Amino acid sequence: MVSLLDIIGPVMVGPSSSHTAGACRLGLLARCLVGGTPERARIELHGSFARTGEGHGTDKAIAGGLMGFRPDDERLRDALDIAQGDGLDYVFEKTTLADDAHPNTARITVERGDRHAIMVGSSLGAGRILVTEINGYAVEVSGTYHTIVLIAEDVKGSVAAIATILAEHGINIANLRLTRKERGGDAFMVIEVDDMPGEAVRDEIRTLPWVRWAFRLDKVSG
Amino acid sequence: MYRALADAIRDAEQQGISLAKLALETEAKDQGRSVDDIRAALRRALEVMRGAVERGMVGDLHSASGLVGGDAAKLRTGPAGPLAGTPFRDVLARALAVQEVNAAMGVIVAAPTAGGAGVLPAVLTGLAQAGSIGDDALVDALAVAGLIGAVIAERASLSGAEGGCQAETGAAAAMAAGAATEMLGGTPAQVGHATALAMQGTLGLVCDPLGGLVELPCVFRNATGSAIALTGIELAMAGVEFKIPVDEVIDVMGEIGASMDVRYRETAGGGLAATPTGRRLARERLVQIKKR
Repeated sequence: MVSLLDIIGPVMVGPSSSHTAGACRLGLLARCLVGGTPERARIELHGSFARTGEGHGTDKAIAGGLMGFRPDDERLRDALDIAQGDGLDYVFEKTTLADDAHPNTARITVERGDRHAIMVGSSLGAGRILVTEINGYAVEVSGTYHTIVLIAEDVKGSVAAIATILAEHGINIANLRLTRKERGGDAFMVIEVDDMPGEAVRDEIRTLPWVRWAFRLDKVSG
Repeated sequence: MYRALADAIRDAEQQGISLAKLALETEAKDQGRSVDDIRAALRRALEVMRGAVERGMVGDLHSASGLVGGDAAKLRTGPAGPLAGTPFRDVLARALAVQEVNAAMGVIVAAPTAGGAGVLPAVLTGLAQAGSIGDDALVDALAVAGLIGAVIAERASLSGAEGGCQAETGAAAAMAAGAATEMLGGTPAQVGHATALAMQGTLGLVCDPLGGLVELPCVFRNATGSAIALTGIELAMAGVEFKIPVDEVIDVMGEIGASMDVRYRETAGGGLAATPTGRRLARERLVQIKKR
């Protein structure tokens, strides 16, 4: 559902809501996948991002997002220079993803210590974004909620176990989606929650033997 | 929020309330927030809009490429034209000002998008100043603009990459026309006609920025978009009705956008971007993404 305040907003650094603010949010989510500013980032730009990204400051916005700058942070203008001082080693490349990929799509590969991840996300316009892939799995994360995403073996009671951990930490579930490619195959869970779960919650979920991986993503929109 | 402007107009008429009140109450219900809370958020947006107008009027800002900047100040201090001293000229100056701030990576409100961010502040704050209209009425107008924008987002698009410039400055003109019409005392039905009248004037408008920079023609498209919004307002307030219902005008904007060649959707592959001078300026001025 479209919110009136999504239309009259966001307050942001220019010049483009899709190519600057949306790009910044994709960077912020990629940052979450490694729990902080990555040491290395490879950013592949597709479609309009590739063709016009330089003019829209898309590179500065994604780099700024990776360093934790929000879309209304005036430091975005100088993000590439700041990145060099901050130890973010980045490389931008132009690429062509699938034919049906949204015109404003980026594939972001990030590394920080022993953590690494690959994320594909699109900027849909008016600053709205959608992450469509994490580590090769199809997902749908809009960044409008604090979100936990995880891949688990298809075992009985998995939803109940996760819900119990969240309840024990006093976290209210707003939306929960469970998808799997086949019976007995890996199940993918996207859990949107009202309050930001701590690292401890993620760690507890990761210790479940049937959980392959779990990420905690910040609310970056709305 | 509503998916059809006709439904909102009907509900406002039946309840005998303004579209602003209807939009605020609907948003409050949708989002589980209070009307006061939403008004406060809109008031903050209004302050940022005003700040951008003032910042851009100074005339010292230039975009990274140097292609745009300083033109808003010319309208304030430069030689008089036939519209000197009128709200029309003031609105044009404000539109350029906000968009020059945007091009210089300054802070703006993306309403509905950054590329079309100049129209709404220009039309609303310009006409409010001319008519001594207070901030509460401006906040109401932003709520109406948000309602119209939400309907456009649902039925068509607010993205130049999807629908061309008609989906950015065109949508902004439609939102500003409807919002200002209610601010100036127009009925909900007149708001619908003002919205449709503005949008019909931007149908087919392509998104063709030089080198992909949100600079040229974007800065000027915000001025012409504001002029089209003023046309919609003036006509609707005079009682002119547009015979195609506003929701159908919005639908056709979406259809035109979907069938628009990719060269005309923010890719810098066509239109002004592909003119000999457009290509040359892009080559000379474009800041390239640095590989490192």
